[in-house]
Amino acid sequence: MVLSNLTLRFKGQENDVVQDVSLRVRRGEILCVVGESGCGKSVTSMAIMGLLPKSATQISSGRMQISSDEWHLVTDRLPAALRGNEVAMIFQEPMTSLNPAFRIGDQIAEVVQRHRGGSRSAALDRAEVMLQRVGIANPTQRLREYPHQLSGGMRQRVMIAMALANDPQILIADEPTTALDVTIQTQILDLIGDLRDETGMGTIMITHDLGVVAEIADTVAVMYGGQIVEQGPVEEVFRNPQHPYTIGLMSAMPRLDRPGERLAIVPGTVPTISNMPDGCRFRTRCAFATSHCATRPQLTDVAPEHGVACHYVPLEKHVVVSA
Amino acid sequence: MSHDVILEAVDVVKHFGDGGNWLSPKPPVQAVDGVSLKIRRGETFAIVGESGCGKSTLARLLMRLLEPTAGNVLFDGAEISHAKGAKLKRLRRDMQFIFQDPFSSLNPRMSVGKLVGEPLEVHAPDMNADDRRAKVAELLRKVGLRPEHAGRYPHEFSGGQRQRIGIARALASGPKLIIGDEPVSALDVSVQAQVINLLGDLRRDLGLTLVVIAHDLSVIRHMSDRVAVMYLGRIVEIGTAQQVFATPRHPYTQALLSAIPSMEGTSRDKKPAVQGEMPSPSDPPSGCRFHTRCPHVQPLCKSQSPKLHGQGHQVACHFWQDIAMPPTESAPPNRSDRAEARFALYRAATTGGTVIHQDKKATTERT
Repeated sequence: MVLSNLTLRFKGQENDVVQDVSLRVRRGEILCVVGESGCGKSVTSMAIMGLLPKSATQISSGRMQISSDEWHLVTDRLPAALRGNEVAMIFQEPMTSLNPAFRIGDQIAEVVQRHRGGSRSAALDRAEVMLQRVGIANPTQRLREYPHQLSGGMRQRVMIAMALANDPQILIADEPTTALDVTIQTQILDLIGDLRDETGMGTIMITHDLGVVAEIADTVAVMYGGQIVEQGPVEEVFRNPQHPYTIGLMSAMPRLDRPGERLAIVPGTVPTISNMPDGCRFRTRCAFATSHCATRPQLTDVAPEHGVACHYVPLEKHVVVSA
Repeated sequence: MSHDVILEAVDVVKHFGDGGNWLSPKPPVQAVDGVSLKIRRGETFAIVGESGCGKSTLARLLMRLLEPTAGNVLFDGAEISHAKGAKLKRLRRDMQFIFQDPFSSLNPRMSVGKLVGEPLEVHAPDMNADDRRAKVAELLRKVGLRPEHAGRYPHEFSGGQRQRIGIARALASGPKLIIGDEPVSALDVSVQAQVINLLGDLRRDLGLTLVVIAHDLSVIRHMSDRVAVMYLGRIVEIGTAQQVFATPRHPYTQALLSAIPSMEGTSRDKKPAVQGEMPSPSDPPSGCRFHTRCPHVQPLCKSQSPKLHGQGHQVACHFWQDIAMPPTESAPPNRSDRAEARFALYRAATTGGTVIHQDKKATTERT
């Protein structure tokens, strides 16, 4: 899947919520989009799913390509047949995304029937197979249970079963483990990794946790204020981060090997969308910003496929800091 | 650090629910089941565990927000578990709470000045309005806000700033001990670091004792001196942060630590994850409560509940000596030398250093 130059804003606002975002996921690859609240990572994924209401959003540029199909997001509406079939999504809070009034089996079967037709019982059989595949013990019995009878980790497994029921090419996972405990988080991340190996689907995972990124991703895109500030293969970005925001995020994470060391911070907070500066949007919080940063830096490759959007790359060649 | 105990729990038990009646029996939820611990003056003590392990209930028992079903809580040597009236009020002055969610824990209809000043009205009723205003301004400065923020309302602030307001409010009565229930887990990473630094500074400057409840193990490792690990209402391991993180003795602690997704671990090799999920606290397993998920389970574990034993570094496991692992030191992240140079520049620049651009006449505009 390739998403090119997506720019969109909510109607009635002066500023773009997502600005010129391009992402690419290859078959069998896991792309992590990482950033803090309000960086536009969820809106981007909603746009890929075609879930943003036309009446409230204004897309000014963007193309999306899945296999050989291509859509111009400005003019085309993404076909409903795409959702849940070729592109599927799982959400952060599995309790609110499952319907509490229907049995698990019926909810999965509905997705299957909707896209593939066929009989109810065939769909239920498919649901059972899927539950088994996501590691739920006793699938026959679980099919007849309601969401409230399952724990958080199990519900997330059900969501994954539902998303994968139609063998999608792309899975979008929006903070799939944020609401879960660490031991359960490991189980779910392992499951997503295994299913990727089995099915060869491409995965876009949205997260705020750099630890999760290091754990599971093949490639990573760091977003700030609706812009991609850095992207590339995960080993390369973690070994050789370049953008001041990426460096700031990594410095702000407590390190197990340096307990008690004072954490470096990213000063201030993310500006609201109406107060976003033009040019590089990180410049109001960046210690290295100059007046030049009012011109938007382009994402430029510093290594194969490792792009950074900063005028002062590499930083150590451009600045010195005196105490 | 002095070793006198400021807060102590002795075999504290808290069960919720009365068991229903004979028509519909409802087993009580054994949220906390026989916990003993000693918190020393001036230290940061962390309680770790997964959701439902009873850590928040324990925090509320320690603060006398709940009364224990059995057992005692002692603050400065005095029994407080059933304190009432004037004694309770005095206790509230000495012990304060910081909540997880800065969005729901501040009254949206009260100005910041009023929110921070309210504890002063209660605990220092003789203070006149001018003194109180001055004190509020001082508190706001102390937590990194500006005195003129006093006239604003909570909705005008971001999550991190609201958490600072919550901290200022907790500091207002001049407490000796502050308990934070997940004080930073609702915050974004960059803001979380600011609040962690602030809590560390305040503890040092004001000589506070800090009790932190959290599920994020890297945060715990960073902040705390000693750590207690809870599982299903019981403490399974307790020790200094160094002991617990480098040589975890309980299989549950070992599993928790191996589950931390870390920036260092790019290898993506399979970890020995614990299977399954935590059983219900209303029907806990017999014997060692972890035996249903433990990879080292033996027949003895199912029948006999292990006691916490050891000196300093204590563990509640029958077989901890058999499953001991060699100490592990966390590795630093794998970064190139030039990246390390960049991190050093970043740290210097964000801690008051002056940034000088070497390019032709670039003007620096520091904020």
